[in-house]
Amino acid sequence: MDSFTTPLLAGTATGALLLIAALGLALTFGQMGVINMAHGEFLMAGAYTAFLTQQVVTNADVSILVALPAAFVVAGLLGLLLEVTVIAWMYRRPLDTLLVTVGVGLFLQQLAKDVFGAQGDPVRTPSWLEGNLPVFGYHWPYRQMFTIVLAVVALAALAALLKYSSFGRQIRATVQNRDLAETVGVRTRAVDRITFFVGSGLAGIGGVAVSLISGTNPRLGTAYIISAFLVVVAGGLGQLKGTVIAAFAVGIATSFFADWTSASMAQVATFALVVVFLQLRPQGLFTVRSRGLA
Amino acid sequence: MKLDHATPDEVGLDYLEIRDLTVQFDGFTAVDAVDLTLIQGRVHFLIGPNGAGKTTLVDAVTGLVPATGQARYRNQNLLAMRSHRIVRAGIGRTFQTATVFEQLSVLQNLDIAGGVHRSPFALLRARRGVPSYVADALETVGLADLRDKPAGVLAHGQKQWLEIGMLLVQDAKVMLLDEPVAGMSAEEREETGALLQRIGKERTIVVIEHDMDFVRSFADVVTVLHAGKVLTEGTVAEIQASPEVQEIYLGRIVEGVVEEGADHA
Amino acid sequence: MRTAVRTFGPLVAIAALAVLLLVVAPAVLSPFRLNNLGKYCCWAIAAVGIGLAWGRGGMLVMGQGVFFGIGGYAMAMHLKLEAAGPEGVPDFMMLYGDGTMPVWWEPFRSGAFTLFAIVALPAVAAAILGYAIFKRRVKGAYFAILTQALAVVFATLLIATIQETGGFNGLNQFTFFFGYNLYDPVNKKMVYSIAAALLIGCLVVVWQLYRSRFGELLVATRDAEERVRFLGHDPANVKLAAFVIAAVMASIGGAMFAPIAGIISPSDVDATASIFLIAGVALGGRALLLGPALGALAVGYGRSSLSESFPDQWTYFLGALFIVVILLFPAGLGSAFGRAAALVPLPRRKETTS
Repeated sequence: MDSFTTPLLAGTATGALLLIAALGLALTFGQMGVINMAHGEFLMAGAYTAFLTQQVVTNADVSILVALPAAFVVAGLLGLLLEVTVIAWMYRRPLDTLLVTVGVGLFLQQLAKDVFGAQGDPVRTPSWLEGNLPVFGYHWPYRQMFTIVLAVVALAALAALLKYSSFGRQIRATVQNRDLAETVGVRTRAVDRITFFVGSGLAGIGGVAVSLISGTNPRLGTAYIISAFLVVVAGGLGQLKGTVIAAFAVGIATSFFADWTSASMAQVATFALVVVFLQLRPQGLFTVRSRGLA
Repeated sequence: MKLDHATPDEVGLDYLEIRDLTVQFDGFTAVDAVDLTLIQGRVHFLIGPNGAGKTTLVDAVTGLVPATGQARYRNQNLLAMRSHRIVRAGIGRTFQTATVFEQLSVLQNLDIAGGVHRSPFALLRARRGVPSYVADALETVGLADLRDKPAGVLAHGQKQWLEIGMLLVQDAKVMLLDEPVAGMSAEEREETGALLQRIGKERTIVVIEHDMDFVRSFADVVTVLHAGKVLTEGTVAEIQASPEVQEIYLGRIVEGVVEEGADHA
Repeated sequence: MRTAVRTFGPLVAIAALAVLLLVVAPAVLSPFRLNNLGKYCCWAIAAVGIGLAWGRGGMLVMGQGVFFGIGGYAMAMHLKLEAAGPEGVPDFMMLYGDGTMPVWWEPFRSGAFTLFAIVALPAVAAAILGYAIFKRRVKGAYFAILTQALAVVFATLLIATIQETGGFNGLNQFTFFFGYNLYDPVNKKMVYSIAAALLIGCLVVVWQLYRSRFGELLVATRDAEERVRFLGHDPANVKLAAFVIAAVMASIGGAMFAPIAGIISPSDVDATASIFLIAGVALGGRALLLGPALGALAVGYGRSSLSESFPDQWTYFLGALFIVVILLFPAGLGSAFGRAAALVPLPRRKETTS
């Protein structure tokens, strides 16, 4: 039982982390066709926000609750800055945007290294997250369960935003037909900016969750970002449902592979799994529009 | 080389035969059990209101969307073949928005179209001179003077002609043209029509068109599609006399307006 | 006459580069600088392949470090075995393990097999991955991400297998290169010359590819993939060919990198290294013949000199380079110069019609 529940529960927590990271990516990719390779560094910024908040609000029990909105705003503002200064200038050049954000990511990583040091800092766990819940022989840390709660809340909030708010309707209109949305009065540029803010802010939230598990580290983003991208690739576009399923599938599969082999072999196996999956279901990953082939 | 193909028809004409062709998208039937026989030497027109299934029909025949039924050409069922194989079997098409390779010259655009039967080794060599079939196509579509211009600078009509030229070079026996004269001036339309009649003698030409003047001037056979079905077929005069067609075109029955706002997010 | 200039002008430029790299540089540079230039040449070889795949083919290959690594490690394994002597076992295997060598190391004792593997292994790996990706029409950003994921996975795998590949430290301390002592400056110079000559060779190969019908087809596939399908070609095959050639070139670059740098390690082949390989291509001009190679040489030089004076600041420059070049000169500096030069018009090409 143990060999089954342990990877299953730990994998679910990993999946939840991936989900928070992937939600923001999927949102900006779906909305603007922009792959933001600096998204991982926004995650890192969230983690450092949690660290810095603890310097100010020394009570760890409270500071994490302050850190969550703070990280959302910090990462969101970073995203907004990126959108306004760089991405806005290169619409309809998706691959170039991808490369530019790679540069931004490198820059931010080095900046974190210079400001906070290469080693990384611990983030104290609030006392109400200490301890664990025994489930079929696995002592499930509350910290891991907290990630899942966080992911569920983030997902629900985003889904509600998209479905019920007028902003959500504008996003969906822009995704489906940008030109048409403009002609009916949607200010697509403003929508883009808000989308980028929200998507990047989600990365900040994810960063706080990561910091509780592994502390801060300038390379923290790179550890998660590729898996998060694989989630977006496997999940397909424009469907939160796909992202959710893919995130937990990748998280749990990686966890099981790691249990059977090793952490590094698990990465190899997960990558192979995604490529094989694309053989079976490339749908949603490409669109064939016969009236305009350009 | 072509001896092993079955004789197309009693009169020795080439033809594309479509039987019971049906295309469904998520339960919506875009093309509904269409039967059509398209015969060499005539310029066929497919007309019908928006959403009638004209482009979808062409998509199905060229392997862009999956379909049931049959589309037989020289004893091959096109519906079971992949797009580039269908092209190699002699079926060529154009698209509503002209898609040419903007950064390549007119000559290079045409030359690529002739590359289907080249061996991998031949692909590794540079082109020497202009192959005769490319030169012929340049003359036929009237772009000889613009041979070395990048295709991106061509006027809209010239791009459409270049696309037709590419079909000539790839030696398409069946040409499916999706609104080739949309956006053209009256003069360009005339030239395009004359071009189609010129090249149509040895080929099977199918044109999707909205412009009724153009249809009247150049159609040999007209098929009217409506809501995925063949409504009627005949000469221009017959079609114009048909009460059903008049109802659709003049009665302005608003149909097929899909409910917007369905959740796709 | 003008036809000749158009066709063979690039060849003259390649020849000029050949003279610079093979005659001038060895004569004027110190052994240390020359060896550094050798490293840049290796990166440039990989860059030439990236120019083919990305510049002409539109495939943003963000994991070329993998193929660079396949060639580098294949060569390094051979050199380790050569240093260990017949029947010998590489030193690090005694250090980290029980001194038994994995069976898959055995064939690399043979120099001929190693050379074969340097070409065949990346070709097979790229063909399998490319087939899986292109046939299912996965492209654009998805393709780029998958290739980068591959680089991450590859580096992780290397780091985890310390007993088999030297792990984080990689493979180093080579003494011989196919019988030639690597401590002898004359032999070092020879190894440099081989790398430079291979760079020239790769440039000639892409020159021919770019002027061939395949080159036109590749550009056509980049610009309108679906249209190419309706000309009767399978775009997947066109892209696959370019991807495989690019992988082989990266592998050749890596194979020469190992003896010149004296080391090949995960940090030479991981995601960041792969991105570094792209930087030169973006700088020089991705779609140009000489742009990627010259850009890679320049970026390599910049990395060495900046790392000497500001060891930690290099990453800022690399990041800034991507931002500035892609934002302001998406076609690369080479094209920016080229556009200035194009103000002097060339008459149209005259050809004989058949």
